[in-house]
Parts: sequence; C-alpha cells; structure tokens
Amino acid sequence: MNRIALAAALVILAAVPWWVSGTYYVNIASQILLYAIFALGVNVLAGYAGLVSLGHAGLFGIAAYAAGKILSTGSGHGHVVVAIGAIAVALLASAVFAVLALRGTGLGFVMITVALGQIVWGVAYRWISLTNGDNGITITGRPSPFGFSLASPRSFYWATFVVFLAAVVSMAVFVGSPFGASLRGTRDQPRRMTALGYHVWMIRFLAFLFSGFWSGVAGLLYLYYNQFVSPQAVALTASAEALLMVISGGTATLLGPIVGATLVVVIKNVASAYIERWNFVLGAIFVVIVVFMPEGLVPGVARLTRRAVAALRPHAAVPVPAPGVAAGGEPVRGPSPPLNGSERGR
Amino acid sequence: MSALAVQNLEKSFGGLRVTAAVNLAVEPGERRLIIGPNGAGKTTLFNLITGELRPDGGSITLFDRDISRVPSRRRAHLGISRTYQIITLFQGETLLRNVMLSLLGLSHLRWNPLVRIERQEALIVHAREVLARVALDHLAERPVGETAYGERRRVEIAMALAQNPRVLLLDEPFAGLSIEERRDVLRLVTSIPRDVTIVMIEHDMDVALDFAERITVLHFGAVVVEGTRGEVVAHPRTREIYLGE
Repeated sequence: MNRIALAAALVILAAVPWWVSGTYYVNIASQILLYAIFALGVNVLAGYAGLVSLGHAGLFGIAAYAAGKILSTGSGHGHVVVAIGAIAVALLASAVFAVLALRGTGLGFVMITVALGQIVWGVAYRWISLTNGDNGITITGRPSPFGFSLASPRSFYWATFVVFLAAVVSMAVFVGSPFGASLRGTRDQPRRMTALGYHVWMIRFLAFLFSGFWSGVAGLLYLYYNQFVSPQAVALTASAEALLMVISGGTATLLGPIVGATLVVVIKNVASAYIERWNFVLGAIFVVIVVFMPEGLVPGVARLTRRAVAALRPHAAVPVPAPGVAAGGEPVRGPSPPLNGSERGR
Repeated sequence: MSALAVQNLEKSFGGLRVTAAVNLAVEPGERRLIIGPNGAGKTTLFNLITGELRPDGGSITLFDRDISRVPSRRRAHLGISRTYQIITLFQGETLLRNVMLSLLGLSHLRWNPLVRIERQEALIVHAREVLARVALDHLAERPVGETAYGERRRVEIAMALAQNPRVLLLDEPFAGLSIEERRDVLRLVTSIPRDVTIVMIEHDMDVALDFAERITVLHFGAVVVEGTRGEVVAHPRTREIYLGE
C-alpha cells in the first residue's frame, strides 16, 4: 500500500505545472520539493539513526553560501564546478559536524548540533567580509544544465523534481540495503551491534555524510531558487523547521518527510496570506498531529485507515487492536521508536 | 593452550571492586559454569571479556592471543559471541531479521548500501538454518515483540550461534524460564558441538550443574572456589556462600 501511495504521489507531483495555474503556485511546488529533499536528508539521522540534529540548516546553508560565494567572485566558473564545489564543502562540513556531534548520543548529540548550527549562523551573520552579513549574498541568474535554462518557474520545477526523484530513489535503496539495516540496528541496540561486530561509530558517521549530502543539495537548490541567501537560511528556526517536517510526517518513513515538507511549506505560504500569525496555525496543527498521531501523519493515517477498514468489515468481530499488535493475525509494525531511543536496552 | 584465559583482571566502579584479581583458564571445548550470588561480578566479567568494559588492569587472551586492547567489535570477528541476561533483541524486527543482522555483523555485506537485503538469498537461507537449530524456523517472519519470553531466550542463543563462535558466553540463558523451557534450552546448549568453548553464567546452581565440567564460584568479584562439580559442591566456601552456613 505504501508503494501505491508513493507512486500516486510521484505522478501527481510530476504533473504539477499542468494542473496548477499561475507561477506563484508552481514556485510553491518547487519550494515543497527542495524542502522535501532537505527533510529526507534530516530523516536519515532523525529517523533511521535515532540521532536528532538541530544543526542541519547549517549544512544546508553552507552549501548555499559556498555556491553563492563561488558565483559572486565572478571568476566565471561553470555551474558544474559551482555545484560540485558547494556539495564538497557541505560534505566536508558534515564530516566535521559528525566527528564532533557523534561524541554523544541522545541529548548530547542534539546540543552539539545546536551549537555547531549556531556557529555557522554566527559566521553568516557576523563575518561580514566573508558572508556579507545581514545583507546576504545575491547571485545573478540560474544555471542552464545541458542548455536547459532554469530561469522560468516551470523549468526550475522540473529540474528540482528530477533531483527530488534521485533523492527519493537513493533513500529507498539505502533503507532497503544491508547498510540501512545496520543503521537501524545501531539506533535500536547500539550495544548489541558492537558485540555483533559492527563499527557503530563508522556506521553513524557515514549516515551523517549521506544526510549532509542531501541537505547540501537542497541548500544549493535553495540558492538557485531564491538567487539569494542570508543568515535566515542557517538560523536555528530553519533547523527546527526541517526537524518538524520529519516528525510531523513520520520519522523513519520514506513518505513522511515529503508529506511533512508539503505541510510546512503550504501553511507557511498559504496561511500567511490570510493570517498574519501563521506560526500559530502551524503550531496548532503540530499539536493536533502529536496528540492524535504521535508517530506522524503517514504512519498515523495508515493506522487509522486500517482501523476504519477493520471496523467496516462485516465479519470483523475481532476487537480493534492497539497499534503494534497483530490485527487479524497479520503482523502490524508498531510506531517507529522514539527519537531518543538510541541508548535503550541497558 | 587455553581457549580463553584471564590473568589478574581488575575492574572497579568508584570504590567498588567488582572484579578483583580474577584468574581464569578455559580449555578448548570445555564447558565452564560460573556461579555466584547477585553482585558477584559475573556479568561484569563477561563485559570485560567482550570488551564492553575496559579493565583497570590484567589481561585477556583468546587462544593465546592477547585481546586486552582489541576493540569490542573486533573481538566478535575473532570468535567471541555472547548472549545477554536482559534480552537485547531488535524488538520491531522479525526473528529472521534479527538473525540476519547477527550474520551480517561478520560479513562485508554489512557496508553495502546499494543491494536489497531481501534479495540476499544466501543470507536468508543461512538465517533460517540458524533459526531451525533453535527450533524457531516456523516463527521466522514474526516480530520479536509478538513472541513469547521463552522463544526470545532461544533467539538470544541463535544470535550468538549464528556467528559460529569459537568461544560462546551465555549469560543466564535460563533466567525467567519455566521448567520445561529450561529443559529445552539445556538440550539446545548441550547439542552445541565441542569445537565451541562455552562459558555459562548461572545464578541458580541447580539448573546447569550437569552441564559443566568445571565450575568457578565468584564472590565479591573474586574467584573463591574452582574445580570439578564434586569438588565445588563439597567445598565449605560454596556452602557458606550459598547456604549462609
């Protein structure tokens, strides 16, 4: 069922420029996709590794700043060089983040990532000769990969969609691989994993790089989308927003971060047109999600649907089970483990 | 040559000496039982041997190779496997997946991010065979969370057996089991071939006495008595510790 939902989502997303009218909405769709890529990256750590990062906007922003910096020096580098350079810088920053943050798990990890993210923000805000401070970096024009100009909202949407697809496919392959299974193992029973011969630290480190890679790609798209980057992009609130996308959609699911990104971007753009305090609307929606579907929208809706189907079935004399308990003999997975679950099991 | 030897091993938690100059030599193929009251330092000894804890002093050798400074994860590759007194399984995963993770731990495949784990036929077949050894192959697709406690105890052993260890450390494999389940687990442990050296911790002396050739009694972190079953049972110190005489 998850697969059908995924396929349906992809078809709908691919056709967006045809069924929405107006560049405003196409642009919002581009934003959704680029934030979905970011959220997918954050989910590698928050969902599959059980490591909650509140510093990923730093990695996102470093890629954007690096690309902006290379472009604004006016040295005439091609966009391929810019993209590779930006991602390389993001990966390097991820490695540094990982080495420092992986000294801890649970709250320790969260706090170190907050600190690292704030350092990036501080540099963006205060190191004016490098980052232009509050004024940010403006670039002129989007690239034209293979002669296909991304200047129009529609063409930019397609390009973002292609990158988004690559991100989704890479996630699906990663999650279903032995390495993905190893990573989830380090989330659930790190002690046992070590005793079984796994290099827990290295597994987490590589996962961090994978996560940082997609965060950097999203940051690069962000720069091209806005043609501007400022300290706002690397602020703590940006990291928190990415994490909220993952949590509200459903951690450790493929679809969750995408749904979460859609929710946040739509509310941010649409609700803010009608209500000045759109943050209030977003907050209220999160409260509702946490109360009724603590595991996130995607697993939550799946659970409620199963329940409804079971209740509507004529010979469903079996009482509706609690989440995580077998329904009609069919094993049902419980909600994904809590985010701080990295050190459970004594 | 000993399969597993420990010389003058020391470990303190703050002022509490939990492992006090412990010496232990287990012959290849031997079945050794370690008994002692609560807090005698039995599990700590296992944690030191597997490298989960770092000793304050002394050394550990595996088939004459000093492994005192070998990281915990490498010791698994050198042939030490263990079970846990407190069941430590992957709750949300199926029994098959649990055993597959154990097999993967010693395989290069564990680093591969590009292939599908469900397509690894050899791995899956191997995992099923291991589950069959502990008579749980019929529950292979069931998540751990939906199995009975006695079955989980057997999965614990399957996880260790899957790695084809040279030295197997069993930490209270009978804990919390009914009499029949204990008999099943004892039969299972007895059926392990002699090329595996087994060290078993048991809190309760009666259960596993028949299993071991030699018995070590730990008390307050130190080896108090060591010898054959008859010697240990007859020893006044054993009686003192266990019966409070």
